[in-house]
Parts: sequence; structure tokens; C-alpha cells
Amino acid sequence: MAQPFVKKDDDRDDEDEYSPFMGIEKGAVLQEARVFNDPQLDAKRCSQVITKLLYLLNQGETFTKTEATGVFFAVTKLFQSRDTGLRRMVYLMIKEISPSADEVIIVTSSLMKDMNSRTDMYRANAIRVLCQITDGTLLTQIERYLKQAIVDKNPVVASAAIVSGIHLLQTAPEIVKRWSNEVQEAIQSRAALVQFHALALLHQIRQNDRLAVSKLVTSLTKGSIRSPLAQCLLIRYTSQVIRESVVNIQTGDRPFFDYIEGCLRHKTEMVIFEAARAITELSNVTARELTPAITVIQLFLSSSKPVLRFAAIRTLNKVAMTHPMAVTNCNIDMESLISDQNRSIATLAITTLLKTGNESSVDRLMKQITNFMSDIADEFKIVVVEAIRSLCLKFPLKYRSLMNFLSSILREEGGFEYKKAIVDAIVIIIRDIPDAKESGLLHLCEFIEDCEFTYLSTQILHFLGNEGPKTSDPSKYIRYIYNRVILENATIRASAVSTLAKFGAMVDSLKPRIFILLRRCLSDNDDEVRDRATLYFNYLEGDGPVVETEESVKDFLFGSLDIPLGNLETGLKNYIQDPSEEPFDVNSVPKEVKSQPPAEKKAPSRKPTTGLGTLPAGLTSSADAYENLLSSIQEFASFGKLFKSSVPVELTEEETEYAVNVVKHIFDHHVVFQYNCTNTIPEQVLENVTVIVDASEAEEFSEVASKPLRSLPYDTPGQTFVAFEKPQGVPVVGKFSNMLRFTVKEVDPSTGEAEDDGVEDEYQLEDFEVVAADYMLKVGVSNFRNAWESMGPDCERIDEYGLGPRESLAEAVNAVIQLLGMQPCEGTEVVPSNSRSHTCLLSGVYIGNVKVLVRLSLGIDGAKEVSMKLAVRSEDGNVSDAIHETVASG
Amino acid sequence: MRQTFTKGFTRVSPKKELRILMVGLYAAGKTTILNKLKHGEILTTSPTIGFDVETFEHDDINFTIWDFGGEDKIRPLWRHYFQNTQGIIFVVDGNDRDRVVEARDELHKMLKDDELGDVPLLVFANKQDLPHVMTVAEITEKLGLYSLRRHRWYIQSTSATSGNGLYEGLDWLSKTIP
Repeated sequence: MAQPFVKKDDDRDDEDEYSPFMGIEKGAVLQEARVFNDPQLDAKRCSQVITKLLYLLNQGETFTKTEATGVFFAVTKLFQSRDTGLRRMVYLMIKEISPSADEVIIVTSSLMKDMNSRTDMYRANAIRVLCQITDGTLLTQIERYLKQAIVDKNPVVASAAIVSGIHLLQTAPEIVKRWSNEVQEAIQSRAALVQFHALALLHQIRQNDRLAVSKLVTSLTKGSIRSPLAQCLLIRYTSQVIRESVVNIQTGDRPFFDYIEGCLRHKTEMVIFEAARAITELSNVTARELTPAITVIQLFLSSSKPVLRFAAIRTLNKVAMTHPMAVTNCNIDMESLISDQNRSIATLAITTLLKTGNESSVDRLMKQITNFMSDIADEFKIVVVEAIRSLCLKFPLKYRSLMNFLSSILREEGGFEYKKAIVDAIVIIIRDIPDAKESGLLHLCEFIEDCEFTYLSTQILHFLGNEGPKTSDPSKYIRYIYNRVILENATIRASAVSTLAKFGAMVDSLKPRIFILLRRCLSDNDDEVRDRATLYFNYLEGDGPVVETEESVKDFLFGSLDIPLGNLETGLKNYIQDPSEEPFDVNSVPKEVKSQPPAEKKAPSRKPTTGLGTLPAGLTSSADAYENLLSSIQEFASFGKLFKSSVPVELTEEETEYAVNVVKHIFDHHVVFQYNCTNTIPEQVLENVTVIVDASEAEEFSEVASKPLRSLPYDTPGQTFVAFEKPQGVPVVGKFSNMLRFTVKEVDPSTGEAEDDGVEDEYQLEDFEVVAADYMLKVGVSNFRNAWESMGPDCERIDEYGLGPRESLAEAVNAVIQLLGMQPCEGTEVVPSNSRSHTCLLSGVYIGNVKVLVRLSLGIDGAKEVSMKLAVRSEDGNVSDAIHETVASG
Repeated sequence: MRQTFTKGFTRVSPKKELRILMVGLYAAGKTTILNKLKHGEILTTSPTIGFDVETFEHDDINFTIWDFGGEDKIRPLWRHYFQNTQGIIFVVDGNDRDRVVEARDELHKMLKDDELGDVPLLVFANKQDLPHVMTVAEITEKLGLYSLRRHRWYIQSTSATSGNGLYEGLDWLSKTIP
């Protein structure tokens, strides 16, 4: 036993003594490089010196221009040597030192000669170097040789030429595109790497031509690809084609799905994994499609290779976000991965389990996580914290143990990002789970007693000021807040003063004590703290220079600035640049949000992730953005909580003068139409933009407010709003016709200044409707049967309907889903081809926050007559009735 | 034993090596000359972008000849190769009266470089097989060779295509270089 131990030590000594890269120093190596100039070249010595130079370059050492030039020209002299090893080093060196274009030209002829050499190694390497240093004019001269090289029988040469083509495609696409025939020939190569590279190049050449890519995939999936790497690429390209093509509604089949599924049975793990992952990433993947992919991934979970385990768990982690049910089969395998030596694997296992686990397993999981938190890096801890946050929102009853966990890790060491993630999680849990508020606030209070991050302290103090006064015993927070005034830096002290003031304004019983505390702050040595204390002191006392009512004090303390900060910043900057005697007027700052809500712009580029289970991330974030936007507008602030915002409905054709779309925001008593307008005429600016809405075909709606858009310059989207009142809770529907009305002013394109006089004008927009689906949120459930059973039959309504003749069962199912606007569950929206009957499960949240579950059973007869049994369960019988009404009138 | 001894002996006194730079304006015939010397035949050439280096043996002497492209972009780069050079071959197109002034300027500019020291200069008055070429005397005059003080020089009329005059020039170099 002792011997290996000793031996190990020996090894280490050797390493210390003989590391070839010990003590390499630039100056010395540059001296050594003089051997390149020797009349009698010592090839071995030269190779060693180049190795050292390469080492230095790769260590990030920089050479001055003179040094680099010297080394470069010295290295080129080595072309006189016939030593193949040395030549190889010369190639590397030329690439690495990347001399300027006017110098590098000197090696062109030598490389061209090598490119046609009989030595394969020379050919391959010369091609790579030449293509890297070449410019367009030279490329046309050597193109002929490159095309030959692509189909060279030596795979190293062929790969070199093809890979060079991939690089050159960036700089000289027209030339590389001419090589398609040769590249296509290379795809048939028996050499795996050549096939791989050739496929990549051919795809890049065609990537902007969707039809060509589709053809490429069609021909290659029939099977001439043998290289596993190439096969992985092909799977990726195939998924891309699938993404861009339309699912066959009739059969529910996707093109090329059979090919990808077939790859699951490939003999190479790489290909199997690639195929499985591709399946999990298909848009709207169904349970039937997922199952085989999950099965092979499950096998990888217990592989002996860490990289396979990692790949598998990482994929499952992603699947769990959209299809938690599909992953539950792997729970046991994943639990054993929690103790995996590789912490990345373990973290992913934990977070995946947190997503797939059920309420009963939470406590057990939490115990395991606690044990392992100290072993992992902050970035993984953040992942865990985020998973816990969503878990807590999913199982609100478990908030106690989850909150305890969060507070305990809050006390441990950690960097800013990590601490911020924890604080954010606690804040969100407090916001969404009222029961958690008191304990959560206390945890936060404890945290700021010993918090090194000013940003977090101020954030918590602000939050505390808003939430603390509304708790049962606000007085217990005062001590924590006042401690901040005594102990912390000026920024935190200022926040603490504001927080104290909020308590004083909200809680009458505390007012006298707050006065005493604020008075103590009046002599603070920081201006801001003193100013705030003085201001609040006077406000609260009510005998300051301006006598304010109770209401306006609260408004002042709690009201948020209703001006977008970006606009305020621009306004202030302009004011500073052009100062005047007049004080800055806040009212002069435009309140319109300049850019569209960010989520809206992002939406198209985002990969569609809509699936069962959860709301797509894009939707949630845009809902947040809308909510913020609407609540910042005074006229709509009293409408309450936003229930749902529809996707934008285009009201104009593409490429018209003015592009307008509408988003329907549904509130309890109201609807707000948000018209997003874009002016596409550079010579015009539109002012006082409104939409005149004719609601004569929407009798139950009455207009209550509208908010015109002050100015709509060219290419800067702006919004105008119109609000209607409607009966509460009832899904009233109606049709609205719209007219855009505005004052148009000519703009001088050279100066960008608008003329003074404008002309009133109108522009007809298309009609749109408020439909029943607008009152329904698409919210999935992970286990429909459980949800159905637990809802109980109390408010169940069942009825039968005839849907008349239909194309197919699938079409009928789609029509009903569209009508109801609900989330299909467990992939039941896909109707197997040729089936005569089908059951589809839907879930959603109805206006008034009533959960609704629907079970549709459809049948089709020989005459294509579709009949349907509709079973609705909800928390409210009226809502169940309303759903039936919708179907009956639809 | 004896064999080892002989081997050791050859190492002590190696074959004579000559490191020669061959320059000149473009299309003067440098690469053709090099091919003729190395392979003994005329190959089609394209403009040399950079350099070509060949080694061959003549009269028991190893010549390493660096043939540089003569285009404007490459001329400023010649100087990086002056170090350790033992001789210069300057090739002039004997038929190109228009550019002989340019050739002269380039030659004198180059010879001013300190790095070259006093290496001997061999001028090949090339393309002597063509009609109406300038005579050697005319070229000597026009290149201003008489004004050279530091360098020993020799002008040889050559024809790269036939090979006439090439070896005579090399013989002068090997005699002159110590």
C-alpha cells in the first residue's frame, strides 16, 4: 500500500523539475528565435523555440509590433528546411502570430506551392493557413485548388478545405457558394469527419433558403449518413425543418418525426442523445412523442460516464419545466443522482426533482438539499433558490419549510447575486402567499441586521415600508429599521428614514414614537438623510409650510412616479444641457412609454415553448409588463387587478402607412383596449392620436375613458388606450369597429422639425371582437385526473352537442379549444389519425379567478357528423353554466 | 573505427554553402531562372507572391537561392531577408527599356541597406534571346553600376529559357564569395 503513495510523490517531483514550460520568459525566447536566421538550420531546435513562442502566445503574452514582425519573418525563413515536423510548426506559428496583411503576403507563394505538394500533411495545413490569411482577390486564384481539395481522397486534406470553406463563407460567400457540387460529393465520403464537415458547410451555404434546407434533409434522412457526428448535425437540421413546417392537423403527424425517432435506436450514444433531446424540444410535443425519448434518457441517467449523466439530467431539467408529468418516471433515478460526485449533475437532479416532485416529497427533498448546499458554487445555489421559489408557489401549504430553508441559507456566506436571489424569492413568496408574510418579513429583518450589500438593504427597507404597516403588529419592525439609522451608511440610513415615515403615516399608534426617532435623525451628518427626515417630519406633523391632507401624505409617501424613468432621465439631461431660469417642470416629461413592452418584441424570436403544464415564460413576463404599464396610467389605476391580456390582434394590413394592433386587457368590471401604433412615414409626425371606437354591436359595453397619444413620430411605437365598462364577471362579447383619428404634421426630413400647422385626418382600422375566450386564462394542470377528482362533482354540468359536419375530428377539437380559449392538458389536443372518437382534457382559469376543468368527448360518424359530450367542473356552478353557454352560442 | 573517423572528418569541413537572394522587378524572369537551375527545365510560372526558396548543387557548392516576387507590395519586404545573405542576384529584363530606370532606383535603394554590408552583386541581363534587347554595356550604363563603391559587381548576359550565362554568373559568385 505504501509504494504507490511514494511513487505518486516521485511523479510530482518529476513534474516540477522537468515541466518543459517552466520559466519560459518572452525576452529569452525572442533571443533564442535568432536560430531561425542561422545558415545551418537545426530543425529540432527551431521546433522547440516555436513551441515556446506558441506557449507564450497562448498564455496571453503580447508581442509588440516590432517583435511580432521580427518573429514572423524569421519563421518564414524556415520554409527552406525540408523537415516536415518543423514545417508543421511554421504553419501553426504563421496562424497564431497573425501578422498584418501587408506582411503576411510574403508567405503566399510558399503556401500555394505546399498546397499542391505531394505530401498530404503539407496540403492540408497549407490550405488552412492560406484560407485564413487570404483576401478576396487571392481567393479567386486558389479557388480551383480548393475545389479539388474538397474531393481529395485524403480525408485530412478534404476536411481542411471544407472547414476553410466554413470560415470563408463569412467573408466571401459568393465564392464558397460555387463549391456546392464538390461539397455534396464530399458528403458521400467514407471518412466520418469529412462527412461531418461537408454537411455543416452545405447547410451553411443553404441556410437562408428554407426550401433547400428542407430538400437537403429530405434526401439525407433516407440514409447515406454514417458518421455519428454528421448524424447529430442532421438531427439538428431536421428539427429546424420540423419547427418551420406545419403539423399535419389531420393526422397529428410531424414530417420527419419517424427519422428522429429511429435515431433513438442508433448504436452511438451521441446520436441517441441528440435525437432524444431533439424530441423533447419539439414545439407542442405530445406525451406519445415524448415517451420513447424520455425512456432512453432515463437509461443515460445511470450511465457510468459523467458526461452522459449530465446531458441526460440537463435535458430532463428542461423537460420538467414544461412537462413535469413526463419526467416523474425518472424520479427514482434522479434521486440517486443527488449524491453524484459531480456537483453539476447533483444540482440539476435536485432542481429537476423540485419541479416534478409532489407535495408529499417536498420535506424529504428539502432535507437532502440542506445537506448539499454547502458543497456547490453560488451559481448553482441560485438555480436551487429559483427552483424553491417556484415550488413554494406551486405548493403554498409548504411555505413554512421552504421559507425556513430560505432563511437559513440567507444567514450563510454568499455573494451578492446569490443573496439577491434569496431575497427576491422571499419577497415573491410574501407577495403571493399572505400567510407567509409575517415570518418572511422577520427573516428579512434579521438579514438586514447583518447585511453587507447596500442594495439589498435598501430594497428590503423599501419593501418593509410597504408591507410592514399592514401586519398585525407593526411595532416589532421598528427596532430593526431604527438600528439601520444608527449603524449603517448614508444610503441605507436614508432608506430607513423613509421606511420609518411610512410606518408613521400608516399606523397612528406608532406616530408619536416615529416622531421621536425622526427628530433624532434631524442632526444626521449626511445631507440626504437630514433632508428626508426634515421633510417627513414636517409632513407627518401636518404643520409644515404646506398643510397637506392625510390622503396626500400617504400619496406622497407611497405613490409611485407615474413617469417612465427613461423619459425623466432624458428630460433632465435636456434641462442640464440647456439650463434656464425656470425650474424643471416634471409635468413637461411625456408619460408615454417610448418603446413597446419588451416582451412583445421578443415574442416572435422566442422559441415557442407552449406546452402542457405551465404558462410559457414569454406570456408571463409580458403580462407583468402590461400590468405595470396599465397601473401606471391614472385613468385605469382603479380598475383593479388585470385578469388577462390577449395576444396582439393586427388591425391593419402589413406595410401600410400606419401599423396598428390591439391588445385586449380584461379586468373585472372593465376592458381596456391598448392600440399599439407605429407611424411608418418618415415625413410625418402624428399628434393627438386617438381611436374612435364604435361599440354599437357591443351593447353591454360603455366607453368610460380614453387616453390619447400626444405624439407619434416616425418608427417609434406609441400606445393609445380606450376603456369600457362592462357587467362584472359575465363573459359579455361584442364587436368593435375602430377609426384612428389624429392631427398629421409634415416633418422636414433634413432637420427633423415638424411644421406648426397640422391637418386632422382619419384612418379606417379593421374590426375586432371580444370573445368568450378572452375571459379564460390558459392555465394547465399537471395531473388532470387528480385535479378533476379533487374538484368534485358539485358544480359539474354535462350536456351534449351536435357540431354538424366537420372535416375531421381533429378540426372539431381545435375549434372547441379555440372557442373556449383553454389549455389542453396531457397532449390530448392531438387526435390520432383515423380515430372515430376522442377525449380531450382542458383546463383554465375563468374571470373572477375560478378554476375550470373541461372534459370533451367527441365522436364522428360516417357522414362526418361530429357530436360532443361536454363535462365541465369548476368551483362555481354559474361558471360551469357559462362555459356551456359559450359552447351553445358558439 | 575508420568509418567513424571519416564521418567526423566530413563534418569538420563541410561542403561550401552559399545563401543568395535573387531580386528584381516583376516579370524579369527570376522564377524561370530558378526553375532552370533547380530542375533544368522551363516550367510555366505565375507571379511570385512572396518568395520561393530552392537549394541545388553546382560545382560541389550548395546554392540556396531565395527568389523574391518583384511586385510593388513585396519589394519593401525584401529587406527582412538581407541578414546573413552572401550574395545578391539582380535580374533585369533586357528587353524592357521603359522600366530600366525603375530597376536602377530599386537596385540602389536596396544596396544602401546596411544589413547587406558589402556583399557581391551579380546582375543578370536577362532575355538576351529576344530581338532588340539592350546590350550589356547599355544596361551597365543605365543601372549606374559604375557608381557602386561598396559592392563588387559583375554583369552577365543570360537567357533563362536556354540557360545561357546562368552558370557563368554563379561561377563568378562562388569565386568572389570567400
